[in-house]
Amino acid sequence: MTLNDFWILATAIVVALVCAIPGTFLVLRRMSMVGDAISHAVLPGIVIAYLISGSRSSVAMLPGAAAAGMFVAVAIEWLQKKLRVRDDAAIGLVYTFLFAVGVILVSAFTAQTDLDQDCVLYGEIAFVPFDLITLSENVLFPRQLLVGTVLLILILLVLIRGFRGLYLSTFDPGYAMSIGVSVAFWHYVLMGMVSFATVVSFESVGAILVVALLSGPAASAALFARSLKSMILMSCAFGSIAAVTGYFAAVWLNVSIAGSIAMFTGIIYFISLLLKRIIHSF
Amino acid sequence: MKSGLIEDFLFLGDPNVRIVLPGVLVLCAMAALVGNFTYLRKRSLIGDAISHAVLPGICLAYLVNGEKNLFYLLIGALASGLLSVFLIDFLSKNRFARNDTAIALMLSSFFGLGLVLLTYIQHQGGASQSGLDGFLFGKAASLSELDVYVFSISFLVISGIVYLFRRGFGLMSFDEDFAQSIGFPVRWLRFFLSVLTVWAVATGIQAVGVVLMAALLIAPSLAARLWSNSLKQMIFISVLVGLLSGYSGSLISYLKPGMPTGPWVVISAGVFALISLMVAPGKGLLSQWKLRKSNETKMLTENLLKLFYQISEKSENQTAVTEDDLLNRRSLNRSDLSRGLKLLIKNNYVLDIQGAWRLSAEGEIEAKRIVRLHRLWELYLQEYLHLDADHVHDDAEAMEHVITPDIERQLEEILGRPERDPHQAIIPRVYDTK
Repeated sequence: MTLNDFWILATAIVVALVCAIPGTFLVLRRMSMVGDAISHAVLPGIVIAYLISGSRSSVAMLPGAAAAGMFVAVAIEWLQKKLRVRDDAAIGLVYTFLFAVGVILVSAFTAQTDLDQDCVLYGEIAFVPFDLITLSENVLFPRQLLVGTVLLILILLVLIRGFRGLYLSTFDPGYAMSIGVSVAFWHYVLMGMVSFATVVSFESVGAILVVALLSGPAASAALFARSLKSMILMSCAFGSIAAVTGYFAAVWLNVSIAGSIAMFTGIIYFISLLLKRIIHSF
Repeated sequence: MKSGLIEDFLFLGDPNVRIVLPGVLVLCAMAALVGNFTYLRKRSLIGDAISHAVLPGICLAYLVNGEKNLFYLLIGALASGLLSVFLIDFLSKNRFARNDTAIALMLSSFFGLGLVLLTYIQHQGGASQSGLDGFLFGKAASLSELDVYVFSISFLVISGIVYLFRRGFGLMSFDEDFAQSIGFPVRWLRFFLSVLTVWAVATGIQAVGVVLMAALLIAPSLAARLWSNSLKQMIFISVLVGLLSGYSGSLISYLKPGMPTGPWVVISAGVFALISLMVAPGKGLLSQWKLRKSNETKMLTENLLKLFYQISEKSENQTAVTEDDLLNRRSLNRSDLSRGLKLLIKNNYVLDIQGAWRLSAEGEIEAKRIVRLHRLWELYLQEYLHLDADHVHDDAEAMEHVITPDIERQLEEILGRPERDPHQAIIPRVYDTK
């Protein structure tokens, strides 16, 4: 294994972890498709951020994508609460609309951008080792891995500091409210995490893999887990396994790494399902 | 030149438009038609799952067949789209995963498999594979005459099937258990509906792309649902919305060359849905707002009438009250007060006597009615819910505005035509029968 392989694999695992943590909460709150919506709808945010800042660096994209992600969360909430649109229809309406806006922005400013919709749908993780930044003299580090790691640390901090709030507002919002935990606040914290997870992945693995890593590992973990902590740990483990197996399968077959990892989240889910049935039958 | 362009567009003078426009229109109508049932069955996002899940089927069909034959690609797309729907149903029916998780999981892992196959094909090389990924993002401009024929035939077949099974599909969309209990073959109907949905999505992707296809299913039926409560009307309205969005989307992309058609169609459909959410009678934001306003006005005027009555009750000889008398007894802001008084004067409930007011004969009847409802309800709460006398007022404040004459009569009966409320105040009779 060369250094390049190592960087790619490390990035894949970091992305898997960044997604697995908020993904667990999304699955528990029956909001998996909100993750799908946010991961698609960051496109206009990214394009606008790009047009304003003129650079494709993650630092500029981050606020744009986060704003778009938050906008999706607020818009879905508004449609549901104020206009009484059912949640599935609200999600479908909002993210397709925003994605369409994004595609139109891309084609309207083609001359100024080197963005296109493929780069949101499936990024190219194989390019990670070629996009290096200098940390100090003679130490080069892949930029996307760095951004991913920083975000992973942030998400872990939020998880540890906010575990009680996230836990209570997920399992029993009524009780949480009655003891003074702000359910709305933790809802938006979670949405923020999902938006950030999308940003890290947008260049490297694309929106579809984000959806796979948000929902797949958590769904597999939900088959076995008996507590929230074990579910988070298990989905981190399942996510990492998907990243590793997906990566090696992709290298072996010479195919898309992101696609292969996404496929393996599904395969792992079905293997888990089978295992659970077998364990159950004894 | 602009008007010339529009004329060209309307009369299909441009050979490109002659193919693209009918193609987009038929596609939108087809998606809207099928979308009604997915929307009513609360499975709107299944369209999203299907449109992602057809990719591996398309790639496999290409790998097996070795060329880009539309027919084989569609068969492949149908097969993998259907498989994804069945897996989603299987997972959520057996409670292995919740519906939303099942959709997200199948959507992404099927798409992942598709990407794997697509890159495999691309690395194999071969001239004919180019443009296979065009299927993903969709290019309405590249629709061929053959595509339009395929769309039209699909649309006709799908409408025919919907017409044939209209009763079954309709019942299923509202109450699957009931449909089953009166002997409809629900399993088969569900299967047919899945086939139709996958069919519509699979044929449509090449025009608008994987991501946006879901919108064509959702937005028109969402809009239509707001305008009608009958399935038949809803279907027609949704198809109309679909056609209008298809038309305006095509128009925009035609007027501004370089603009993609699909996204503009989706934006138009979204705008139609939003407009409907705002202005639709009964369910729209505007009419809800109006209803709230009229309720607020009703409560304001009724509360004022009550106030007049209470003041006249306290001091028999006082015939007219001033603004301050009213404000002293109830916390009101001045602008609400003068608005309410104006309305009452307009309705002849209150007479204006040089800067002071008193109730007219009609006003007194109305005021008595409200006070009476208030006190009856207070008594009812005390007698039947065993609330303390000092706890019943707030609830009665709300109920007095909504009790109908029918309920009033029933309250009378069960309370035995009472004379006094829990605070020993007299319950007035509207027509005194002394």
